Amino acid sequence: METKELAGRIAQGGANEFLTFRLGEEEYGIDILKVQEIRGYDTVTRIANTPAFLKGVINLRGSIVPIVDLRIKFALGEPTYDQFTVVIILNVGGRVVGIVVDSVSDVLTLAEEQIRPAPDFSAVLATQYVKGLGAIDERMLILVDIEALIGSADMGLFEASNSSAAAGDLLAA
Amino acid sequence: MSTPTQSASGARSVDLSQFHTVFFEEADEHLASMESLLLEIDVEAASQEDLNAIFRAAHSIKGGAGMFGFADVSELTHEAETLLDLARNGSVRPTVEIVDALLETRDLLKNQLAVHRGEQDVAPDASALVLRLRALCEGGTGAASPNPPVEAGYGFFEPAPAPADEADYGFFDDAAPAPGAAPSAAPVTAEAGDGYGFFSPLPEPDGATTASPAPPVVAAPPSPARPAAARADRQAETASIRVPVSKVDQLINLVGELVITQAMLAQNATQVEAARHQQLLARMADLERNTRDLQESVMSIRMMPIAMVFNRFPRMLRDLATKLGKKVELKMVGEGTELDKGLIEKIIDPMTHLVRNSLDHGIELPDARAAAGKSETGTITLSASHRGGNIVIEVADDGAGLRRDRILAKARERGIAVPPSPSDGEVWNLIFEPGFSTAEVVTDVSGRGVGMDVVRRNISTLGGSVDIESAAGAGTRMTVRLPLTLAIMDGMSIAIGGEVYILPLASVVESLQADARALRPVSGQGRVLDVRGEYLPVLKLAEVFPPATPAPPRGTEMIVIVEADGVKAALVVDELVGQHQVVVKSLETNYRRQPGISGATIMGDGHVALILDVAALIKKTRH
Repeated sequence: METKELAGRIAQGGANEFLTFRLGEEEYGIDILKVQEIRGYDTVTRIANTPAFLKGVINLRGSIVPIVDLRIKFALGEPTYDQFTVVIILNVGGRVVGIVVDSVSDVLTLAEEQIRPAPDFSAVLATQYVKGLGAIDERMLILVDIEALIGSADMGLFEASNSSAAAGDLLAA
Repeated sequence: MSTPTQSASGARSVDLSQFHTVFFEEADEHLASMESLLLEIDVEAASQEDLNAIFRAAHSIKGGAGMFGFADVSELTHEAETLLDLARNGSVRPTVEIVDALLETRDLLKNQLAVHRGEQDVAPDASALVLRLRALCEGGTGAASPNPPVEAGYGFFEPAPAPADEADYGFFDDAAPAPGAAPSAAPVTAEAGDGYGFFSPLPEPDGATTASPAPPVVAAPPSPARPAAARADRQAETASIRVPVSKVDQLINLVGELVITQAMLAQNATQVEAARHQQLLARMADLERNTRDLQESVMSIRMMPIAMVFNRFPRMLRDLATKLGKKVELKMVGEGTELDKGLIEKIIDPMTHLVRNSLDHGIELPDARAAAGKSETGTITLSASHRGGNIVIEVADDGAGLRRDRILAKARERGIAVPPSPSDGEVWNLIFEPGFSTAEVVTDVSGRGVGMDVVRRNISTLGGSVDIESAAGAGTRMTVRLPLTLAIMDGMSIAIGGEVYILPLASVVESLQADARALRPVSGQGRVLDVRGEYLPVLKLAEVFPPATPAPPRGTEMIVIVEADGVKAALVVDELVGQHQVVVKSLETNYRRQPGISGATIMGDGHVALILDVAALIKKTRH
């Protein structure tokens, strides 16, 4: 049974493994391969003249990494900062970005049949960034295409020309 | 055969493309060594070893190009290789024409490689050069068997119709087996005129009168001791490995992080009881020393010798001197002086301009020099040395020197503001003004008058400066001062409502306290500050970068006067915090550009501080 599951996972290339986290009452899942690490919330250097959800930048082992508070961006949960506040460091499109969430739950593997298409719900999250809904027992996961979300013009994290240049770099490398 | 088979290379590049970068890098190195060897070679007594080395460089390029299917590159190197092979087994005597043709081959190869790299669109036409290389091969072998002295005299008789015959012979030779080349025959004749090496004595302004077999221009004649030393250097350089810059930068980042962690640990260690934890404290001291040494050695990986810049000048001066009919010798001092790789790339253009200017405007024509009682051959000296945290690069010539009266006249004519009774230094600085050029004849070399202001601007964006010293009749010396590295900068930290920002110390003029009433409003829009009779525009940083918790208003304001591109402004800050050496990081690696911010750095406590873009802030005061 175990080997069979492992084989299945390898066949899927691990694409169906999700890191789950909470924002307010809702539970979200993102592709585990996009996650670089999980850390606490350190002192963030604010950048003036930026939207409130951009908390600023931190020093991550010598790199300057921007931190986005998804709770503020989607108006979910209380944006409090204490020793339990969690930052998920993502590696998307060759860039490193941190997102602040309420808490990280676990890593789940979903089979194809557990993933349903998302209904056209008019949530804070536009449907184009939702890959589907995952159902596990009583829980419902909102599966987010985190790469598309972080790279979206709405977030304004990257300059359009810059991100295409970064993509070019990736191709060249 | 004569047309580059681009399509074939495209099809094959799919599998091999991952190795292309390595090939291009190696080819660049081979071309560079080929060039320096060709420039050093003594035509009268070319050493077998040098000829072999040039042959090997050409051969390696040919091999690589063949493997990757760059047909045009391998075809051209093949021709050069044939000629070199004849030269090294003695059937062709090396001549100045051969060296010229090989140098041009090297230039063309560089262009061809640039096309394959996608940096250039138009593939250069190699057909004329191929014919020339063939003619040189034939000319050597054909004349060698019946009458050896004629071969040596090849250079003598070039202006006579004989070489024209040879050229014709070369054309037919190619046109017969390769009909594809026939349509290009017409442009070939035109281009042969451009290739001065072939007909070099014809356009020579005064060379004909002397009828000397070698062109009168000798750039950097190698002293007998130098080739041996250079060879030893070359051997030492081979014991190196090729590493991508990104890996080195990562190493620098990690070491930077280590230094910060070490500093934090050291701070914690001061709180323990010294008597009971003697060993711990001793080891902390060891750790500190080792970390510092480690940081120094890691930073030194990025450092490269300034020879990377200097080495391109012998060739440039050689070509340029031929064109201008001048004689010049280039001396280089301190080529081993090291500076950051990033800086090396950025000073090439300004340095090229300064060196060109020295030859074009500084060194006089040979007869003018003789009339002034100087040797006909002018000397340009390039020198580099470390002084403090800076590198000082000098370009000196023993030419005519700057003409005070002519500069002043030109400045008035161009409407450039001239201070009353200016000192020599002030006069020389006028040539850095936009739109200034004193050349009587505008040459295609350095007389467009767009140069010197760009040179100064480029150098000052690197945090450096340029000074001029000049004496009429004795020469001119340009001194460029640059920081050793772009990665580290002296910064002044200031606070705006408790948030710390860094100002580059190089752009800070002074700081002072001013009564809030001294900031005078101007037409209800901005404010100006009177600093010793000079009215400076005022920018309140708390308004540009609103802090989360603004500082309460005060009676006196803290002012920092900054300058960029020769324009000053007064910045109002809340607090001066201190001075630091900061490691400059890009904000754009993971985020976007932010107006008014040029980068970020990590402070001693591990926090990020943003570096202010002074030039952008000053621009803001003008709107």
